Amino acid sequence: MDWPSRESWWQELRAKVEAGERLSFEDGLRLYQSNDLLAIGALANTVRRRLNGDKAFYIYNQHINYSNICVNRCRFCAFGKDKDDPAAYEMSTEQIARKVRERSHEPITGVHIVGGIHPDLPYHYYVDMIREIKKARPDIHIHAFTAVEIAHLAGISGQSVSDTLCDLRQAGLGSLPGGGAEVFSPRIRERLCPKKLSPEGWLEVAEAAHRLGIKSNATMLYGHIESAEERVNHLLALRQTQDETGGFMAFIPLAFHPRNTELSDLSNTTGFNDLKNIAVARLLLDNFPHIKAYWVMIGPKLAQIALNFGADDIDGTIIEEKITHMAGADTAQGMTRAELRRLIHEAGCTPVERDTLYNIIKPSAISKINKDQDLG
Amino acid sequence: MHYENWRRKIEHNERFSKEESLELYNHADLLALGELAGLKRRLLHPQRLVTYIIDRNINYTNICISGCRFCAFFKKDGAQGGYVLTREELSRKIEETLSLEGIQILLQGGLHPTLPFSFYEEMLAFIKSEHPIHIHGFSPPEIVHMSRQSGLGIGQVLRRLRAAGLDSIPGGGAEILVDRVRQAVSPRKCFADEWLAVMEEAHKQGLKTTATMMFGHVETIEERIEHLMRLRELQDKTQGFTAFIPWPFQPHNTRITVDPVGGVEYLRMLAISRIVLDNIPNLQASWVTQGPKVAQVALTFGANDFGSTMIEENVVAATGVSYQLSEKEIRRIITDAGYEPARRNMAYELLQCKKAVSAQQSAKAHG
Repeated sequence: MDWPSRESWWQELRAKVEAGERLSFEDGLRLYQSNDLLAIGALANTVRRRLNGDKAFYIYNQHINYSNICVNRCRFCAFGKDKDDPAAYEMSTEQIARKVRERSHEPITGVHIVGGIHPDLPYHYYVDMIREIKKARPDIHIHAFTAVEIAHLAGISGQSVSDTLCDLRQAGLGSLPGGGAEVFSPRIRERLCPKKLSPEGWLEVAEAAHRLGIKSNATMLYGHIESAEERVNHLLALRQTQDETGGFMAFIPLAFHPRNTELSDLSNTTGFNDLKNIAVARLLLDNFPHIKAYWVMIGPKLAQIALNFGADDIDGTIIEEKITHMAGADTAQGMTRAELRRLIHEAGCTPVERDTLYNIIKPSAISKINKDQDLG
Repeated sequence: MHYENWRRKIEHNERFSKEESLELYNHADLLALGELAGLKRRLLHPQRLVTYIIDRNINYTNICISGCRFCAFFKKDGAQGGYVLTREELSRKIEETLSLEGIQILLQGGLHPTLPFSFYEEMLAFIKSEHPIHIHGFSPPEIVHMSRQSGLGIGQVLRRLRAAGLDSIPGGGAEILVDRVRQAVSPRKCFADEWLAVMEEAHKQGLKTTATMMFGHVETIEERIEHLMRLRELQDKTQGFTAFIPWPFQPHNTRITVDPVGGVEYLRMLAISRIVLDNIPNLQASWVTQGPKVAQVALTFGANDFGSTMIEENVVAATGVSYQLSEKEIRRIITDAGYEPARRNMAYELLQCKKAVSAQQSAKAHG
């Protein structure tokens, strides 16, 4: 086998990146096909530094997965259950509010809420959920419901996506997480998640949200049966939407975890694959302010390394993540603020605590809390 | 500015002094270190191969008088959970290794207070009489311990072990080869000079060895570099080290409270080791401590070896860190990174898989 040679297209690519020019489909494909990980990383880092300097963000947040009952039953999912499955659960809105209240002494700025596509929970359940969380903790930012859930809520409420979003916003919804995008490819949807909201539907929800001033994130689930072409197409579709709306905050590549899914004969993603997805996303998504290395999925060690391969965010303290852990993730359930800051620092970056919308939490507020608690 | 100088030095095969190594540590960013270590690796190993070995760790006892503060594996003599493996257990483990096409055992144990020297000789002789397997055994602290217990000199201990069947010596127990650090974390373990003296004598007698470094506890960066310098110096004299294996201290269940070394720090140290240890041919990535993802990435930071399939591993597992990889997985990970996987032996000679060999033979027979 030969060493990867940095041929002329590399020089061209570098020149393009340095000039801030947009990369093409072919560029994206070549990047994915290259094994020259360090060169890709260095290029992605050029962009990362231009956009975010040496800052690396984290958030003090809480995750709540309100129900795992889901009618979509995507083949890559270990979380979703049928309603009559002994492992199925759903939380009442009171239980959810209690989970938020239980941690009200902690400096949590955002709560991240996603669940399955439940067959019969009524529309008001979701609106009440948001309202009660807001009542339990008025200062918290509610980052809830992927585009797939929003489309479902629009369906059961008999309203348009926009009207649904308006209801939820009025109840206290702040922004949308980026899940459910999977890979925007008809071939993959057909094979892995035929019942799920279509790629067009996903993007329409994001656009509708952005038009209303509701920010959202975007994701891509990689490491199953998708091709490099499909990945690049996915990223370019997101880039195009972002050109139109500017409403995406962060892109989060999600590493597929095969254990306990119908695709359990597949292997875990490799470190190369994880870092390449971070770096290529940073290079192609020139209009996304942030690229997140989600430590729950790729592990804290690799998430830390990813901060040198284009990522500027490692997500947050989390606590009680269910979706990836059901698929056999061996990462911890949560991390302390001190651990997150240390990881970032050791990576050579400056740790910056943010809220869900990437507003910076004043360092003075953090150091006060650090003194009050055991955190360094 | 620095980078070009460093690059030129490596291209011209110039050595990094202690000061230059420190400068590299303090000023090179992660990806620059990867580039430089990758360059050194390509100069040393132009073929795009990554090797690994099929072997098993066998810890003949966990009873140990050393009581190192970083260790979660040992038991005091008489403590619950202490063991010495029986010959039947040894044989069963070795048979299992052979059946998985393993070619070597890594035989190590604690510093047992009462086992006589004859125990070790007889264990080796027993294994060799029963099983056709390479014995990579007894790190220098064990050799020093045997010498103290038996009153025999290091040279004599090594000669007798070799005569009984010892094939090579693992590089464990090096920790950090600076006595200030050893005093702090493993005061009863052999001194740095003793560790090096065992290796020097072993190399003189024709035994190949590896070398390790356990970092990320109480040592300073200067002391890590000092460790590399001492290994390089000895290697200049003997050429007996086949590989260097740095791994970060795993603090869980030990008596040292520090934050664990992160992935970035691991890759930086690995890369610096590759650049500075210009005379030790092979550098091993540690999937056992870092997990398969970071170990794969380590292949672009200077590592050219993926270690062992580790049919059994106990010492790291005692700190709660437990990864498992089959040979198939190891090969997939290596291939995925764009390298060709190859089985090797302790001397880093390439081996062919039995299946591949027999397929070739049958092809020949038919052709």
